[in-house]
Amino acid sequence: MLAWTIYISFGGALVLMLLPKGGVRAARVVALLAALAGLAIAVADFARRPSGELVTVVQVSWIRSLGLEYHLAADGISLTLVLLTGIVAVAGVLFSWNIEQRANEFFAFYLALIGGVYGVFLSFDLLLLFVFYEIAIVPKYFLIAIWGSTRREYAAMKLALYSFVGSAMVLIGLIAAYVVAGARTMDLVQLSQFPFPVHFQMWAFPLVFVGFGILAGLWPFHTWAPTGHVAAPTAASMLLAGVVMKLGAYGCLRVAMMLFPRGLDPWGFHVLGLGSWREVFALLALIGIVYGAMVALVQKDFKFVIGYSSVSHMGFVLLGLMTLQQIGLDGAVLQMFSHGVLAGLLFAVVGRMVYDRTHTRDLTELSKMSLGKVLPFAAATFVLAGMASIGLPGFSGFVAELQVLIGTWRSFPVFVVIAGVGIVIGIAYTWRAMQMAFFGASHNSSVGSAAYPPISIPERIAAMLLLAASIVVGLYPQLLLRVIIPALHSPMFDGLWKGGVR
Amino acid sequence: MTAGYIEMWRLVAPEVIVVITALCVLSADLAWLRGAEARVRSMVATLLSVAGCAAAIGWILRAPLTVSFGDGVLVLGPVAQHVQIALLALTMLTVLLASGGDFTRHISEYLALMLLATVGMMLLVSTQNLLLIFLALELLSLSLYVLAAFDKRSERSAEAALKYFLFGAISAAFLLFGFSLLYGVSNSTNLGTIANMLHGAPLDPLLLVAIMMTLVGLGFKVAAVPFHFWAPDVYQGAPASSAALIASGSKVAGFFILYQVLVLGLAGAKGSSAWHGYAAGWMPVVAIVAALSMVLGNLVAIAQTSVRRLLAYSAIGHAGYMLLTILAHTNQSFSALLYYAITYALTVLGAFGVVAVVERVTGGDTLAHFAGLSRRAPLVSLCMLVFMLSLAGIPPLAGFFGKFYVFASALNADHELLWLVVLAIAMSAVSLYYYLKVLKSIYVGEPAGEAPVRVPVVQQVVLAVIALGVVVLGCVPSLLLRWL
Repeated sequence: MLAWTIYISFGGALVLMLLPKGGVRAARVVALLAALAGLAIAVADFARRPSGELVTVVQVSWIRSLGLEYHLAADGISLTLVLLTGIVAVAGVLFSWNIEQRANEFFAFYLALIGGVYGVFLSFDLLLLFVFYEIAIVPKYFLIAIWGSTRREYAAMKLALYSFVGSAMVLIGLIAAYVVAGARTMDLVQLSQFPFPVHFQMWAFPLVFVGFGILAGLWPFHTWAPTGHVAAPTAASMLLAGVVMKLGAYGCLRVAMMLFPRGLDPWGFHVLGLGSWREVFALLALIGIVYGAMVALVQKDFKFVIGYSSVSHMGFVLLGLMTLQQIGLDGAVLQMFSHGVLAGLLFAVVGRMVYDRTHTRDLTELSKMSLGKVLPFAAATFVLAGMASIGLPGFSGFVAELQVLIGTWRSFPVFVVIAGVGIVIGIAYTWRAMQMAFFGASHNSSVGSAAYPPISIPERIAAMLLLAASIVVGLYPQLLLRVIIPALHSPMFDGLWKGGVR
Repeated sequence: MTAGYIEMWRLVAPEVIVVITALCVLSADLAWLRGAEARVRSMVATLLSVAGCAAAIGWILRAPLTVSFGDGVLVLGPVAQHVQIALLALTMLTVLLASGGDFTRHISEYLALMLLATVGMMLLVSTQNLLLIFLALELLSLSLYVLAAFDKRSERSAEAALKYFLFGAISAAFLLFGFSLLYGVSNSTNLGTIANMLHGAPLDPLLLVAIMMTLVGLGFKVAAVPFHFWAPDVYQGAPASSAALIASGSKVAGFFILYQVLVLGLAGAKGSSAWHGYAAGWMPVVAIVAALSMVLGNLVAIAQTSVRRLLAYSAIGHAGYMLLTILAHTNQSFSALLYYAITYALTVLGAFGVVAVVERVTGGDTLAHFAGLSRRAPLVSLCMLVFMLSLAGIPPLAGFFGKFYVFASALNADHELLWLVVLAIAMSAVSLYYYLKVLKSIYVGEPAGEAPVRVPVVQQVVLAVIALGVVVLGCVPSLLLRWL
């Protein structure tokens, strides 16, 4: 069944392209139906699955002479992320209910992007995964370049080139792995059992990790993220921060770490106090956390605050991966889900609820409008989402970041302190943005208060959906952990746990 | 002796069919249709040409051959025959795309020359004899020179053809000189015999000169750096359909024969291009040419504003990727080369088809002329989207699988080629930028006029078929691979 998430999304995109021009309402309905169908399939499969073991959905020969297969499967990690994609996709369509210009094309690109994302999470043939990964690049470009704002063409091109450079690095590692393993198969399960020579893993791991890491916002390759998020239309920035950055993190875990676990081993010598790729990337992740938070603190543009906060929060995912502790990895996957939902929500508040009404994202201007009174729903949503993302207990962000920090405590004790500083700055920038955007001192509160259209029904539903997802996971994390933990203990990840010194 | 001739007629029947078609196209037009309307003449000539190509394809499919005739004069196997079919199919599509053009009143001469060029290509892939290689190459080249000059009203076209001719004539001289030295060294014109004679012998200076001369001659044909100077001007000046043929069919045939000459004929003199472990021979030369082509082609393409010139420089880059397979020279890499060359030819043919449409409507081929095309001609724009993304190597289009197959087969043959593979992948990341620039103009730019563009049905159908082919061959590469 899960495979249909992919087919329905691409099918929907095709239908939308063939629809006659001007049928805005029909386009929205088709897009919503396709997204809902994807979510329904994901939820149904998630509910049915007792634990997170790998289950193959489709496996047929694709190119026999090269040993390539069309192999779709899902374990707990894939399942979690497919669920996330479903939720964000539906919310994204609801938040783009006001798109009028070239709506058919907008939703066609949107669904094509969603289809590619589902495909990446479900592929268990390395080349197939790469195919879907690249399919997702192109729609992003057009979504931003056509429907974006602030310097959209620059941001779109930057995003496309960063993604493509990253995927070029991945492609090199992927072809090399294929050839070194004997050029008979690209099956992820089989490749993960292949003992690649250590010296090969030592260069393939960082190459592939950075390649995927670019999309996950790994510092210092993150610069596409804030500009891209800011320029993108609301639904696209929700997808970018919500699921596309997760593609990168997922690739880091699923491909780089799973296939080349020995690449994380110590080098045997030290450079600037760093003794392995693991320490290098943990440090970069940490810098990302603190740097993202500090830059977010001084932004004038509301959307840039959220954009940089994404970099900061994705740092936790990468840090969690580098702990190589059970709890740290659990936390990383959980954080992918949590950040996906919350970043989506925050971008929706900024882009759709506020910017589409006030036509400004400048925090000083917003602070004069006392939006807290004018748009109470937006203010309430932002407060809740902000609290969730700074890690208030009861929301998903708390469980995820706590686990990451515990894992980090065991692996890199010093880093916990610095990450803690990052969290404190996180509270500060969220508070600042909230204060300035919604609760600024208003000099003439009567002016313009009635000028904005009220928050519409689709926006309310979508906001509720995302908030509910965060709260449910925050109160009952076992819901996801039940499938994530067995997945991380499957034989595919053996290499990761067995590594020499750990 | 008579039996020999009759036998030979049978062997070259497909070529004969195409030649007869060319004559029919000419005579039908000259004898009966002089007074007819231009549209009728163009239609009759197009139909005749397409029918002739189809008949030749039918003949090849009906009577497949595996022969080696004469002293390597005719060597046919399943692979060569399938490449012939591909060349005929490419010509058919080019002819159909050309039917919408209005750059000449001599449509029958134009198509007849195209068919003769096709005969040249077909002979080129079915021979392993130096003499016939040269003759076939000349037949192909001479036809292409004229085709490039066919737009008599345009100075650009004449200039392009003259440049093409001058460069071509010089490189033909180089090639002939190289071949004659090869003959002098090995006392044979058969590639197989030459390989045997060279086997184990030390590289003498005369042979090195012969190799260099041959490389110059054939490097010109495939537009590899530093023999590429003609390409941008010809791509820009020639009528769109001539440029399409030069960029597609002639490229496929050129690469086929380059592979044959180097890998088959000069197997004993290959040397080594390993990163550490240099040895004199053609490998290091080809490695350098490949690296230069990739870098120069892709970097210069960035600066282009004319889509035709952009396609020309990107073609130089693609030639660089394809040269990798020659360095790898295994059976797998040969099939990778053919897959890449054929799908590339198909894609670039489609791209020129779109360029022709745009030129007819807006009068130019710069990026500005493409602005907002998606609002005025959605189908054509969608086709261009497919072509550009395929050239950039975005999956699931044919261009991606071609690249993957070429790189994987190169690395599989020789791990030492890693540095070139890395360079190639890095350069293909660069290439996305300029392909996206074209698409940006089409999808993001503001249209100059609101009126929908009227594109003749034939062109729309042909472009759609080509785009569909690029998608299908990318999703299911085995469809083509099992023939190669």
